[in-house]
Amino acid sequence: MTGPPLLVGEDLRKSFGPTPALDGASLDVVGGEVVAIMGPSGSGKSTLLHCLAGIVRPDSGRVLYEGHDMSAMSDSARSALRRTRFGFVFQFGRLVPELTCLENVALPLRMERVRRGEAERRAAEWLDRLEVAGLAGKRPGEISGGQGQRVAVARALVTGPRVVFADEPTGALDSLNGERVMRLLTLTARETGAAVVLVTHEARVAGYSDREVVVRDGRTRDLQRSR
Amino acid sequence: MSIGQTFLGLLEAGPRHGYDLKRAYDDRFGHSRPLPYGQVYATLSRLLKDGMVELDGIEPGGGPERKRYAVTAAGVTDVERWLATAEKPEPYLQNTLYTKVVLALLTGRPAADLLDVQRAEHLRLVRELTRRKLTGDLAEQLICDHALFHLEADLRWLELTAARLDELARRMRS
Ligand SMILES: Nc1ncnc2c1ncn2[C@@H]1O[C@H](COP(=O)(O)OP(=O)(O)OP(=O)(O)O)[C@@H](O)[C@H]1O
Ligand SMILES: [Mg+2]
Repeated sequence: MTGPPLLVGEDLRKSFGPTPALDGASLDVVGGEVVAIMGPSGSGKSTLLHCLAGIVRPDSGRVLYEGHDMSAMSDSARSALRRTRFGFVFQFGRLVPELTCLENVALPLRMERVRRGEAERRAAEWLDRLEVAGLAGKRPGEISGGQGQRVAVARALVTGPRVVFADEPTGALDSLNGERVMRLLTLTARETGAAVVLVTHEARVAGYSDREVVVRDGRTRDLQRSR
Repeated sequence: MSIGQTFLGLLEAGPRHGYDLKRAYDDRFGHSRPLPYGQVYATLSRLLKDGMVELDGIEPGGGPERKRYAVTAAGVTDVERWLATAEKPEPYLQNTLYTKVVLALLTGRPAADLLDVQRAEHLRLVRELTRRKLTGDLAEQLICDHALFHLEADLRWLELTAARLDELARRMRS
């Protein structure tokens, strides 16, 4: 994959206490590619993802989105970027329990002040693409974990993000459901040209990526590019 | 893969000539590595001797390939037992990789790198099989999945070994 990187993390460092969670991690992501972040538990994968997504501010190092330094942005500019350009999928869907699946998927659009009718129409389209159209009227408590993850993927993609961040999106699923979520996530991301930054410790999930970056003790090792 | 029991299973659908049996085997299980005729007839004569198959009439003027084989009751029992018995989990690469890791530690070479290189190679294959799975039919998907689960197991071993290199090095020194 070529072209200028969409998202760049440069020599990121972050400590929560005496031991660093990130100790010089770098990563760049090109539009349309799926990058898997792998490595042992506690090595700093989630922290790296949170820094790249502008959720956690690194102690040092820079994150550039389309060449713009995210730490130089105001908080409101950064959260606007998160809402409009980024999508998120976490291990446990994190859907809003009081809302129906359709309302959950429409939520990011509603936050962008899209009219309810329009937001729900687009949300319904995404539920359909993720093969869960039948769940539109159900609440998260009434559906299975695998179904919930597909709803979460629909919600992550509904705004047409440039980057989807997924932290162990299949961690709570059995292999068949995990595969289904990965297939739909990567296929739809490829269709829309979104990049995916995927944290996983499962090789079979990483199989859906274009390349992997291994994090050890807060440092990245890019196996393909170091050769 | 036991060819004998596979033949017996194929014969359960009805008697066949040796040649037909080979064709049926190659079609379903050959995976671009067809069985040599020698092996086909050696297997059949062993099955015949063991009473697992019997001749079902010989056509006039025929050589060995003209013989028709039928599975016997003992043959059917044998297939059943084979299908019901778990296969012994075979070590694949572990021996070689373990030897390499130990050798690297012994000679002061970076064992972690060796594991990372192996890991990248494993993941490359994981990716390739995943791509094949996405475009293949159900049979292809199942075959790829089998390989993927094995690769995943190897990868876990690589990860675990990487996490224990210091301990391993310490034990080797003491
Ligand atoms: N909010 C936080 N407060 C304090 N410590 C934290 C916080 N987030 C992460 N850490 C610490 O930073 C280190 C890296 O954590 P991180 O969550 O990034 O690891 P990970 O690679 O995602 O692990 P896992 O595979 O278990 O999810 C750990 O030692 C962790 O305890
Ligand atoms: Mg994590």
